[in-house]
Amino acid sequence: MITCAEAVRQLWEYLDGVVEEADREAIEEHLSFCRRCCGELDFAEELRRFLARSDEPALPADVKARLLATLTDLGDRA
Amino acid sequence: MSVFPEQGMLRAQQPAEDTSPKRSGFQALAAQELPRLYRLARRLVGDEAEDAVQDTLLKGYRAYASIADQVAAPAWLTAILVNCCRDRARAKGRRAEEIELDEGDDFSLYRTIAAEDPFPYSDSLHLDFLHQFGREDVRAVLAELPQLYRLPLVLCYCEGYQVKEVAHLLEVPLGTMLARLHRGRKLFERTLWEYAERHGLLKENARR
Repeated sequence: MITCAEAVRQLWEYLDGVVEEADREAIEEHLSFCRRCCGELDFAEELRRFLARSDEPALPADVKARLLATLTDLGDRA
Repeated sequence: MSVFPEQGMLRAQQPAEDTSPKRSGFQALAAQELPRLYRLARRLVGDEAEDAVQDTLLKGYRAYASIADQVAAPAWLTAILVNCCRDRARAKGRRAEEIELDEGDDFSLYRTIAAEDPFPYSDSLHLDFLHQFGREDVRAVLAELPQLYRLPLVLCYCEGYQVKEVAHLLEVPLGTMLARLHRGRKLFERTLWEYAERHGLLKENARR
């Protein structure tokens, strides 16, 4: 049996798939009866989606043109 | 840049007629990868993204002939970019040292939101908290983190690389990578909360 603190500490590693088999089983057993830790797990998953959604602006046309010019010049510069 | 303007003009008019296999192979690969490289560089070094991609193109071209496995070429370019971004951060003397998180290590965003209850009428408190953040806000929060922790977070959770791949990319043992990810997540959670406090996001419908 593991405590809530132990389960919560490993939730992200659990989601990342990098915990040992025995730890994975212990976490899943804990989650099977601990509603609060299930809430933590849902939030961790939500936070991961939140990070995955964070976006950057697409490559601006002027930057693209300059980078392509660098590529065209390769051989002279490199 | 070419010192012979007429050569530059010729290339501009006939870019497809370059007969060098190395040059044309690399140009095709890099041109295809530019949007992805630029997006990743924006996440890693912000406003210096264009310079970091320029560095990557020059370094990559020099080493391109030694690439045997063309299928792995995009990942190889990614590794060069990550290194160029780290070099830029180092050159600017940004903090790259491990930091102690004695008290911060226990910070839980989940518990903090529940305890502080910023949206008392909400039945989806934690989701509502995250919905207050626009894309600019998330970018700003990530940018506040020391690069030692930002790099693994961005590569794993924004770019979707496996933890083991990121350890390999950043050339650190898996255990070190796991420790940095753990600290990075805690820092990210704490920074999100503090950013929300500073920017008035802890009010009902702050964004609407």
